[in-house]
Amino acid sequence: MFKVFLQVVSKELKGAFRRQSDILNPVWFFIIVVTLFPLGIGTDPILLARIAPGVIWVAALLAALLSFERLFKDDFIDGSLEQLMLMPHPLAWLVSAKVFAHWLLTGLPILFISPLLAIFLSMETNTYFALFLTLLIGTPILSLLGAIGVALTVGLRKGGILLSLIMLPLSIPILIFSTLAIDAAAYGQSYLGLLALLGAMLVTSITLAPFAIAASLRVSVS
Amino acid sequence: MWKWLHPYAKPEKSYQLAGKLLPWFVVVTVITFVVGLVWGLLFAPADYQQGDSFRIIYIHVPAAMMAMAAYSTMAIAAFIALVWQIRLAEMNIAAIAPVGAVFTFIALVTGAAWGKPMWGAWWVWDARLTSELILLFVYLGIIALYNAFSDKVLAGRAASILTLVGVINLPVIHYSVVWWNTLHQGATIMKFDKPSMAPEMLWPLMIMIVGFAAFLGSVSLLRFRNEILARESHRPWVSALVTDKLSGEK
Repeated sequence: MFKVFLQVVSKELKGAFRRQSDILNPVWFFIIVVTLFPLGIGTDPILLARIAPGVIWVAALLAALLSFERLFKDDFIDGSLEQLMLMPHPLAWLVSAKVFAHWLLTGLPILFISPLLAIFLSMETNTYFALFLTLLIGTPILSLLGAIGVALTVGLRKGGILLSLIMLPLSIPILIFSTLAIDAAAYGQSYLGLLALLGAMLVTSITLAPFAIAASLRVSVS
Repeated sequence: MWKWLHPYAKPEKSYQLAGKLLPWFVVVTVITFVVGLVWGLLFAPADYQQGDSFRIIYIHVPAAMMAMAAYSTMAIAAFIALVWQIRLAEMNIAAIAPVGAVFTFIALVTGAAWGKPMWGAWWVWDARLTSELILLFVYLGIIALYNAFSDKVLAGRAASILTLVGVINLPVIHYSVVWWNTLHQGATIMKFDKPSMAPEMLWPLMIMIVGFAAFLGSVSLLRFRNEILARESHRPWVSALVTDKLSGEK
């Protein structure tokens, strides 16, 4: 079981490293969107620090949306998705491996790039630490939720905009709890409770989302 | 025990049952709308604080309640569709979703119209308004997904999966919005807690709630019948039905 998991992950990683722009483009997009905000509303550090959590999280959501297309689309077109479904292992398990690999390729780079953005938006150290933790817990949930949307829309010709219509409303709680936690950190309050709520959502989505993804793939590939 | 239920898995039987139920729902809708609206809008006493503008409650509250009731119905139908693979339940989702979306929209518009005189603003980021808005987004997502598939069997299954994902998510969304609201705005929010209403105001409201429920039922039944006919249009019973209708007109 775990061998298959690792095999799927390594296959995904290998494929991604051969076409590196697929990994880099969402990250560039993320940086550019965040850069637009100071240009649009002025460079007052207090104002920037106040809106930073929301800006970074909304940008992360949009960047995640951009990267979802490649989660199943290429595999669907060249037929390897059907081969994946024909494997003797549970489909939910295999798609969790794919989603995990996807998070390594899109969630993790955002985590690495986040210190730079914290400097751009003049965040304080402890606020940044809260931002990092919420991104660490929140981005896997985004990957799982998005994977359900992708699995539902992969068979459609113009699934992209539909994917955002489906996925964005469902990701609102993550946005709310993350920005609340960062706000609490900015005011020097404890934000462990909010992190625990995010963690609970992560655990719930890890346990339930793979089954929804597998069921959706069975609808799309048939 | 469940034997009486079995025939209704057949589209033809369901179509006939929906046709038999429809007049009852329509009659209840018309009676309760006339009684409830006339009583509520003309005869119920004006509120001592809000004056006559409170009367929009007779549209707003029932619409908001039925918007949520419609989603619960869809969630139950989605569960039935996925577990027992009953296609009629999928048609049911497709039939109700736009009705629920319109009810949510009515609740939002009347809420805004009520907010203007009461709060002095068309839109306030009140927890209930916000979660109602998100409910509308979820409805629109389901409708868009259903319409995106050209194969309606796949569309029904995809929509039922999304409905179930949504029903797990909606309580989370609701509570997150409530906490977000209380933490962000503190004491400034207006609580919309159910006031202890005088019976002469409450009775028309009850009647209107029943009326909106019956209205939801009749519109969904109509749409359900259409959905069955559209999907089963190649079946002999549908063509027999059409020829019957046509020869009856001659």
